[in-house]
Amino acid sequence: MTSTTLTAADIIRSGRRLRRELLAQQGLHPVRVAMLGGSTTNELCDFLEIVLLRDGFQPTFYQSEYGAFFDEAVLDTERLIAFAPDVVIVHTSVRNIRCFPAPEATSDDVAALVDSELSPFREVWRALTANIGCQIVQNNFELPAHSVLGNLDASHLSGRVRYLNALNAAMAADIAALPRVILQDIATLSARMGLVQWVDAARWFSYKLAHTPDAHLEIARSLSSMFRALYGRARKCLVLDLDNTLWGGVIGDDGVDRIQIGRETAAAEAFTAFQEYCLELRRRGVLLAVCSKNNDEVARTGLAHPDSVLRIEHFSAFRANWQPKHENIQSIAAELNLGVDSFVFVDDNPAERALVAAQLPAVAVPDVGNDVTRYATIIDRERYFETVGLSADDLQRAAQYQANSQRASVSAQFADYGAYLTSLEMVAEVDAFQPVYLDRIAQLTNKTNQFNLTTRRYSLAEMQEIAANPASVTLYGRLTDRFGDNGLVSVVAGTRVGDAIDIDLWLMSCRVLKREMEVAMLDALVDRSRAIGASRLIGHYIPTPKNGMVADHFSKLGFTQSAHGAVDTGTTWELDILGYTPRCTTIHIKRYTP
Amino acid sequence: MTAQLADLTPIFQDVLDLPSLELTRESSGNTVEGWDSLAHINLVSAIESQFGVRFALGELQDLKNVGEMVDLINRKLGS
Repeated sequence: MTSTTLTAADIIRSGRRLRRELLAQQGLHPVRVAMLGGSTTNELCDFLEIVLLRDGFQPTFYQSEYGAFFDEAVLDTERLIAFAPDVVIVHTSVRNIRCFPAPEATSDDVAALVDSELSPFREVWRALTANIGCQIVQNNFELPAHSVLGNLDASHLSGRVRYLNALNAAMAADIAALPRVILQDIATLSARMGLVQWVDAARWFSYKLAHTPDAHLEIARSLSSMFRALYGRARKCLVLDLDNTLWGGVIGDDGVDRIQIGRETAAAEAFTAFQEYCLELRRRGVLLAVCSKNNDEVARTGLAHPDSVLRIEHFSAFRANWQPKHENIQSIAAELNLGVDSFVFVDDNPAERALVAAQLPAVAVPDVGNDVTRYATIIDRERYFETVGLSADDLQRAAQYQANSQRASVSAQFADYGAYLTSLEMVAEVDAFQPVYLDRIAQLTNKTNQFNLTTRRYSLAEMQEIAANPASVTLYGRLTDRFGDNGLVSVVAGTRVGDAIDIDLWLMSCRVLKREMEVAMLDALVDRSRAIGASRLIGHYIPTPKNGMVADHFSKLGFTQSAHGAVDTGTTWELDILGYTPRCTTIHIKRYTP
Repeated sequence: MTAQLADLTPIFQDVLDLPSLELTRESSGNTVEGWDSLAHINLVSAIESQFGVRFALGELQDLKNVGEMVDLINRKLGS
């Protein structure tokens, strides 16, 4: 999808044509992006537009006047409010720092300076949150281009490097406490590129451009990965080949004793380091899967090698056989209930990469080459797995999918599906939105695409409003079973309209498909709706390219299609709830207990 | 190596996305569609990388048209 490399020179030379071609794509997701700059932002917006278009977004931009990020966010806000941005990017640089410590500064002076330097930024975040309530992206600062004190710049109280590190630490601490603001780490981005390549003083003096074209491209790519994370389009699963990808050599030919893994040789160490990188990804919630041309039994011995960092239990799906890899990837997708557009495929063999890229264009297939020392760097640079926060669910996800595989094997032994569900000993906690869960509720709402009846997105602040509205019925559901805790997996919200509850939102994680969880949610929804005097439920299905699986959701739950449903915008459904009796028999339902 | 009008034409065609653009020595921001100050920055970057030259501060502001731009590039290539 985005694997062909695009350079800054390409965009400068052919940006207008690229833009025209990319705009002709179908199904782009519109986003309204306000760029509030401390420098000239036109080039960054041009680059960001191309990168976002390649990632499936269609941005409409607002740009502040040169350097006017504070004024347009805080003082003269009318134009920005009228633009109604989804995302505001406050794009500043070390050029925007107003004051550095004097040579004789004391530590109190420096602390006061950090505070006063950050105060306009705090004001910007506060005003944007209060006036617009959009997502805000704020970058930290790159290090200065010159260090007058040399090495001492990093240790002396008045040193600029030391000061900027303090400023960045203080900014990060502030932002960690603000749910609407996310930090873009250009300090690391610039370090990776090198400050010499990052800034060009002539561009600043001539055009007030704070960065080089190459730097703007890296900033744009990093921003686009944040958009993917915010809109639930980040990748979720890393599919790995085995021979010469996770270990050196061909296990079927060389035998398990001869594969390169461990610490004995340079190659063995490099494969071990790559396995460690994959394991790190898994620890933060990325699923791992194997897709290898191998004999299943032989392949498993490789992961049982005493020096193998990755063990069979780290993989949520395992395919070692002689089927074409794109077919195996589709079957992994089916097993994990994920779309192939959430997959990244890594294989040292260019023929396999080409096959998968051609057959499954939605799979990301980075050109990792065949040098194991480069794999992690190449995967990392694409920022496939960007996330805007690590929830407890992210940290547990791999274990949850692990438990799912066990569930699938248990289900094979039951002839009767109901008996299987009963054997799972499921307990659902279903209740109105609780403050402790709001983060997760907003996260799930904004990233669920498949089991989602209306695909409406809500910010955290909007969720808080709904939770507090007495005319709303809100429900979340968490599901536990004998294999583990699935976490918070379903969200339903409706509004009182006359004698009915109109269901604005009904979504569920595909992790718990076919578990009767939607029936448990309906039972609770009816209960709460009747408690505030409603006698009917009204449901809507709004079709998208991804939510076809719930087209018959309401019909399966016994709703009847209402005569007034508009055909082109979806279907509308009704259920009389006066005589409703609870239907869920396989899940024990309990309420929230703090 | 010298720069000719014909060498600049494809750069202008690409950057301005005008595949049938014809340049003359008299072409300027006033006569060429889409050659605004933002496109100008891209034109300068593309010319610098194509000819391996670098324009000094203010050097481009005094240029009236494409002809003078060609002459400036050639002075840089010759020096």
